[in-house]
Amino acid sequence: MTSVDHKRIGIMYLVAISTFFALGGILALLVRTELAMLGDTIMDADTYNRVFTMHGVVMVFLFIVPSIPASLGNIIMPIQLGAKDVAFPKLNLMSFYLYVAGAFLAILSLRTGGVDTGWTFYTPYSAETGTAVIAMGMGVFVAGFASILTGINFIVTIHKMRAPGLTWNRMPLFCWGLYATSIVQVLATPVIGITMLLLVLERTLGIGIFDPALGGDPVLFQHFFWFYSHPAVYIMILPAFGVISELVTTFSRQKVYGYTAIALSSVAIALLGFLVWGHHMFTSGQSIVSSIVFSMITFLIGIPSGIKIFNWIATMYRGSVWLVTPMLYAISFLFLFTIGGLTGIMVGALAVDIHLHDTYFVVAHFHYVMMGGTVIAMLGGLFYWWPKFTGKLYHEGMGVASAVLVFIGFNMTFFIQFVMGSQGMPRRYADYPDLPWLEPLHQFSTIGSYVLGLGLLLVLFNGIWSLFKGKPAPGNPWGGASLEWTHTTSPPDPHNFSRTPLVTHGPYDYYTVFNGAGDGAMGDGMGDGANRPAPVPVITEGAPQEFDKQIDLGTRQA
Amino acid sequence: MSQIYEAIRSFWLPEQASTTAHVIDAPFMFILIASTIMLIGVTFYLFYLPWKYRRRSSADVPYPVKENHLLEMSWIVIPTILVFIVFFWGFKAHVDTVVAPADAYEVNVQGKKWLWQFNYNEGITTTNELVVPANRPVKLIMNSVDVLHSFYVPEFRIKHDVLPNRYSTVWFEAVRADTFQILCTEYCGTGHSVMGAKVIALGAQEWNEWVASGGGKGIQPGDSPVELGEALYTKNVCNTCHSIDGSSKVGPSFLGHWGETRNFVDGGSAVMDEDYTRESILYPAAHIVEDYQPVMPSYQGQLSDGEVYALIQYIKSINGADVPATFAEGGFGGDGDAGGADAADDAAADAPAAE
Ligand code: HEM
Ligand SMILES: [Cu+2]
Repeated sequence: MTSVDHKRIGIMYLVAISTFFALGGILALLVRTELAMLGDTIMDADTYNRVFTMHGVVMVFLFIVPSIPASLGNIIMPIQLGAKDVAFPKLNLMSFYLYVAGAFLAILSLRTGGVDTGWTFYTPYSAETGTAVIAMGMGVFVAGFASILTGINFIVTIHKMRAPGLTWNRMPLFCWGLYATSIVQVLATPVIGITMLLLVLERTLGIGIFDPALGGDPVLFQHFFWFYSHPAVYIMILPAFGVISELVTTFSRQKVYGYTAIALSSVAIALLGFLVWGHHMFTSGQSIVSSIVFSMITFLIGIPSGIKIFNWIATMYRGSVWLVTPMLYAISFLFLFTIGGLTGIMVGALAVDIHLHDTYFVVAHFHYVMMGGTVIAMLGGLFYWWPKFTGKLYHEGMGVASAVLVFIGFNMTFFIQFVMGSQGMPRRYADYPDLPWLEPLHQFSTIGSYVLGLGLLLVLFNGIWSLFKGKPAPGNPWGGASLEWTHTTSPPDPHNFSRTPLVTHGPYDYYTVFNGAGDGAMGDGMGDGANRPAPVPVITEGAPQEFDKQIDLGTRQA
Repeated sequence: MSQIYEAIRSFWLPEQASTTAHVIDAPFMFILIASTIMLIGVTFYLFYLPWKYRRRSSADVPYPVKENHLLEMSWIVIPTILVFIVFFWGFKAHVDTVVAPADAYEVNVQGKKWLWQFNYNEGITTTNELVVPANRPVKLIMNSVDVLHSFYVPEFRIKHDVLPNRYSTVWFEAVRADTFQILCTEYCGTGHSVMGAKVIALGAQEWNEWVASGGGKGIQPGDSPVELGEALYTKNVCNTCHSIDGSSKVGPSFLGHWGETRNFVDGGSAVMDEDYTRESILYPAAHIVEDYQPVMPSYQGQLSDGEVYALIQYIKSINGADVPATFAEGGFGGDGDAGGADAADDAAADAPAAE
């Protein structure tokens, strides 16, 4: 627990994050169960409000913001860079404890009755409700520091710790995604920190920034809040883009199509992401001109995301597509994220959003992005890197079954919510007495959520099974070409590499890597069937391979 | 063709009951159809490519692919064009529908936890029923007395936040005389999901009659106060906070406390009788019963004396006390104005100071 090894810290994060995901998931199932029938079924409105708020807060601040960067990022990124650790290992440990402290404060709010404001804490409601907003606000404030410190750590690591030869355009896209994320974390998180602090001061001292009775402006809070929280959705999705890039290339054994476009558009999205917060406020009474400008920039930002989807799909073209669990998750990501993106266009269109704002359409949209996007990518990444950091293989059959269950359950739960939303079902409703004909649709959604829950349980079970019963994993079970696969054992030893690797090729140059030839050897003969380079050696499940032997014997040179 | 279009539209969207609804539905449908085509394309490749290029042996060596600039340009340029069409359409539709015609009939709207109150220029006040003329533009001037709310009528495709510190407006023209659902779409606490109300659009004749009668038929001496009280109990949404079965919700139940001594948070107490009950309805902040929050809105100006009287008789009747069968019997000659003519009174201004 006091280790400063990035891999251990990453695993501690993974355990903590998974715990909160489970907690948030149970709350979600309670919410869905309550909505399955008209009237109060398992809880009253006040309890419902606390439960959905806690679900949102836990999922956003304690799960999805730290999710991929703090766990998989911590474990894998330094290895992909050929580094021994992150730049500031102690700071890394400190972020973890700050995160735990923040989570503790947030959970503490349950003891004083819980919070019923929604995860958005809109004033003036949050300034006057009788519940534990202060503890929750401070929890978010403290957890924010963890996020900032991780961001700084990653930026410095990426700038300073890359192995010799690992130039910017040889950096794996996962690291590019984390790099872009870290920028947003460092620049945006202080704003939510201040906002939460102001909210706490408003409640304790009545300073009157948001309270109209004291000359404040409640809408100001929304601007502050979304100034963080919109960029925060890029904190959530950019690492997922990184993971998907890795999965698609490895399992197609093909260079990522449009590497530069993907890498740079992540950074562009990160920066433009600061200029669209007002699209959450089209109905708030902001001026029409600002609404129009925000709508416009929102669309601009949508375009690069769309292009990335095409790039990933094109990566499979003429590849050798291996449909194992991580790749199934990647493909389901591509489908779900496409829906998330297209419905984003829907809610970005000004007139249309007036009708859809704060309905289940929005609930469905952000679940397609956050869960269908980030969570699915994270699951794919977990299966992908699991053999690497645990040294054990997971159970492929169970893996496939979980991917299928999650996919079906997810679509059942959330697709129907688009229809409910555009038909007029508002979000954050404990009951729907005015729209009773929606009951069967809600029931369908609830059943879907149980299927989804079952799929996720299977993932958990697979992990536990693998730790006890899984076969030992070879160093490179997938035939990956980035450093974590070619240059380390599974699990990597404490210092990752016995000697610092010298990098002479890009992260996806499968030809070069597996032929032992240097750059350039792949030049001619490409695209020419007759003259194909020798086959890639690898990959039957569990069998130790050429590289592993070399790594084990210490004979492999960079 | 247009039938298929209509079928798709009515699957996704509620009926178009305002003159502007179709302006907003048009971009919705465009995006929906374009997205569906795009999604079908993507899905096709998501099945086709992994199947066509599936791994046949662990020794597969894929063909390297050269980037195809024409292809890339096409998938950059086409979506960009589409997205700009959508942006422009969405923005144009908004600008075209957001400004109310100058001759619109105006109604003042107040959002309160957890009810909607409508004040008409004719001095009428209604709760949770917005009565308007059909086929005539109506402009709502809205504000909130407490937290944020949002005024949403799905059939009209209108929505706007209702704020405590400023007026916001929204307008619509109902295309026919009917009843439509109002919903609150900004989270506002316990009663958020029951903060529904109705738009009642009336034909020209009914509308004139409604206005002429001062918004209702008024109380007749022969009416039963208990029956009226019972109707008011749900109409004025007392029921969101007060049960009649003894269970405590946001507020105390109406059952079981009549004649009891009520202890207040400020240490005082009072017996629950007619005077105390009247005060609780009109000046709820004057005394707060122990264990409850001061969240009840004042009904001053909204309920006429007769209506307050009716509610008191209803509460008594729940508790089994003797109640008069008619207003006349109870000494009320009928006030002829169920809407409350003193709606303009500022409820807070003349509330007695809390002791
Ligand atoms: C088992 C999977 C899940 C189910 C069944 C589920 C279900 C729900 C439901 C029913 C709501 C309430 C909607 C409302 O009335 O406003 C909700 C809200 C929300 N969910 Fe989920 N959810 C799931 C997973 C997630 C995940 C993975 C995330 C993000 C990482 C997430 C983030 C949120 C957020 C931010 C809200 C909004 C809370 C608020 O309105 O304050 N959910 N979810
Ligand atoms: Cu409300």
